[in-house]
Amino acid sequence: MANAVRETPDTVASTRRTPRPRRGNLGILGERVIEVLIHLCGISAMIFVFAIFFFVFREGAPILRKLDLGRFFFTQTWYPTSLNTPRYGVGALIIGTFSVTVLAMLIAVPFGIGAAVFLSEFCGKKMKETLKITIELLAAIPSVVWGFIGLTVLNGVIQKVFNVQVGLNVLNAAILLALMSVPIMVSIGEDALKAVPDSYREAGIALGCTKWQLIWRLLLPAAKNGLLAAVLLGVGRAVGETMAVLMATGHSVNIPHSIFDSVRTLTATIAAELGETAEGSDHYRVLFLIGILLFTMTFLVNLLADFAVKGIRKK
Amino acid sequence: MPMNAPASNPADLFTETAFTRKKRRTEMLAQGLFGTMTLAMVIPLALILGYLAYKAAPLLSWDFLTTNPTHGMRKGGIWSALLGTIYLVVLSLCISAPIGVLAAVYLNEYAKDNWFNRIVNLAVVNLAGVPSIVHALFGLGAFVLFARLDRSILAASLTLAIMTLPVIIASTKEALASVPVSFREACWNVGATRWQTIQAIVLPNSISGILTGVILQVSRTAGETAPIMFTGAVFYRNIPEGNLFAYGIKDQCMALSMHLYTVTTQVTNAPEALPYAIAVTLLGTVLLINATAIVFRVWLRTRKKW
Amino acid sequence: MTILPPEPVRPPSSESASPKILIEDLRLSYGPKEVIHGISFYIEPNEILGIIGPAQSGKTSLLRCINRTIDFTASAKVSGIIKVDGMDVRQMRNVYELRRKIGMVAPLPVGLPLSIYENVAFAPRTSGMRKKSDLDGLVEKCLRQAALWDEVKDRLDSLGTKLSGGQQQRLTIARALSHQPEILCLDEFSIAIDPVTTMRIEEVLRELKQDMTIILVTNLVQQARRLAARTLFLWNGEIIELDTTEVMFSDKAKDKRTNDYVNGIFG
Repeated sequence: MANAVRETPDTVASTRRTPRPRRGNLGILGERVIEVLIHLCGISAMIFVFAIFFFVFREGAPILRKLDLGRFFFTQTWYPTSLNTPRYGVGALIIGTFSVTVLAMLIAVPFGIGAAVFLSEFCGKKMKETLKITIELLAAIPSVVWGFIGLTVLNGVIQKVFNVQVGLNVLNAAILLALMSVPIMVSIGEDALKAVPDSYREAGIALGCTKWQLIWRLLLPAAKNGLLAAVLLGVGRAVGETMAVLMATGHSVNIPHSIFDSVRTLTATIAAELGETAEGSDHYRVLFLIGILLFTMTFLVNLLADFAVKGIRKK
Repeated sequence: MPMNAPASNPADLFTETAFTRKKRRTEMLAQGLFGTMTLAMVIPLALILGYLAYKAAPLLSWDFLTTNPTHGMRKGGIWSALLGTIYLVVLSLCISAPIGVLAAVYLNEYAKDNWFNRIVNLAVVNLAGVPSIVHALFGLGAFVLFARLDRSILAASLTLAIMTLPVIIASTKEALASVPVSFREACWNVGATRWQTIQAIVLPNSISGILTGVILQVSRTAGETAPIMFTGAVFYRNIPEGNLFAYGIKDQCMALSMHLYTVTTQVTNAPEALPYAIAVTLLGTVLLINATAIVFRVWLRTRKKW
Repeated sequence: MTILPPEPVRPPSSESASPKILIEDLRLSYGPKEVIHGISFYIEPNEILGIIGPAQSGKTSLLRCINRTIDFTASAKVSGIIKVDGMDVRQMRNVYELRRKIGMVAPLPVGLPLSIYENVAFAPRTSGMRKKSDLDGLVEKCLRQAALWDEVKDRLDSLGTKLSGGQQQRLTIARALSHQPEILCLDEFSIAIDPVTTMRIEEVLRELKQDMTIILVTNLVQQARRLAARTLFLWNGEIIELDTTEVMFSDKAKDKRTNDYVNGIFG
């Protein structure tokens, strides 16, 4: 054994160990404290979800004794400020939300998915980076600015192009919502397409598929769960959007007969009326009840989207 | 290449048949179609930005930023709104960033894969999906009324903080997950505790990713309107110009986003350029912060440590 | 089917040299799948024990049971007795003290994204060593022991992750030595490094044997032959044979599979 050549024998060959140092009690205590803190923060999201439900419900619940839920959901007369007989029917508001959301999705889904396909299948690396950043910036525009754009720019455009009297309508809000929800669809959709193994693409090309067939027959079906999640998240965003629809829908309680009719949505109603109600009044409580309704709707949509995403991860 | 192509003449392999021509055409068609769809989102962005800037140009100046609105918000600048937005963003971030980062540490480093933590993860996803107006109702019910904070910067910031929390958790989790597991194992093997490992290896190597997420969140918070409408932001408030500490946390404040909404929908006879100028200021702030985050992220990628 | 070690396991008190590590009827399962089926053996102080066996036979899992990093795998279930210095590992409350007693070198080199100096000083720091002079001395000693000092002494501030594979593996060994372990576990350490470096490290191990007990898990049977006093053949989570290296590598091995494996007929 080559024990001879050792430069500093006392350090290298020492068989005795220096006494093992111990951590100070303060350090150990500090660590306990921070770990407790981490655990608390960890479950904070859950606490907040419950808290949101609890506090919104707490303000809205007392009205449930007075209110006929059937009338609440299925009648269309929303006269909360009537002195003698205030009527709270959110039917028209639900339809308003629904119509704007559906039209927005009809516009956004093809564009969102199309852009996702373009980004993941056709783009070079440089171009992809640029486009992704642009889409990220699109997502950063605040909703109140979208609303402003709807009110000033899009209003005039719609009046001119379609030759209608009022430019603040379902179409206007839907275009805004589409532009707002497309970024999230693109990013989730692109992830979903990326998750499709390359072997699918190679197999397709080897069989002589055109790119078109490849996308249509192989990629879209393989990525359908992720794309579904992308659409659902877009729906969630559109249902919950407030400022843009408040400013762009025309804000009249109305069942729309065409996309050029003005409507009003659930979210916009709360935003517009909450400031003018007396705290604790029936009207005030009904607005909180609408909040619960919205919370439940988006909760379900997000839950579905989450299951769809889990679907792609498992594969 | 179709199988039935005559192989006798090798040159045939390189000439177009009707089949390959059709194939090439559909390919180009597909590319063109999807490309157009992408452009359809990018072009409006550029057009709108240009149009807004053009309309706002007459009013934009340094004075516009540093003077208070006057004459029923028809004249003057936006100082009190700008400062209010800064207060709201900074305060809400001071609350949500630490909680969000620690929550992400829990979910990524401590949480075992069991039903409880699956519910916690689901809660994060759902918190992210709660509509902003519901957050406003929650802020009103919980902070303004229940906690008796009244309508104040503090109540509004708390509301914003809870709204931004899930996004910070998500981006931080992603940053933490990018640190390889082998580093953690190496630390555990030499007797480091979980927290020592996190503190010495995991956080220092993900801090930049975490910061990027937080910066992005700043830009989103700055643009929020609905959650602050009933919890702390007001139509008008006069504050001393040039004093950065003009608001207290129990005060009500103005905010850029709210100011844009007010001037557009409630104020009559405002000069045409005014709302455009407010919109451009708000948008400029948001996009500038965003661009900073993006540049930061690109720069980070160039200096990875492993 | 468990084949007991050739000598009966001595109770710890019977002789002055009580076993450093004693394992009795150790079973480990990941979820429903049992990967170690009740094995028993012991390791003497200052011994090099070679563990050979084909991939997936439970070698790495065995090491992870000994230093209890198996705790980090949520689905793992351990039963049986593992004693280090007569203390039951599985009852220990201060696992960090245990892990500091055991140096662990993983198959793939892991340079932490810290400076070379900090890579080695990491473990002493976490256990509370603060004085610069102590740390300096320890870092130098460990790097020398791992035969890396001469190559890096001028650039202790550069990143550990930027070293070459072989250097990183020696850095890993230096780190494993930095908390002055009594037991050193090497898990296929030569898998990612060239033969010359391997030989240098083997040289180092022979020296370290005077200070500590070494468990050498290896995929190279000849490496076990060169270094180990006794060799254990683990296959599918069972001990096929455990004997002195001479016996294992001669035709006197009791089990035919041992013979076949060391001669490269299977595995």
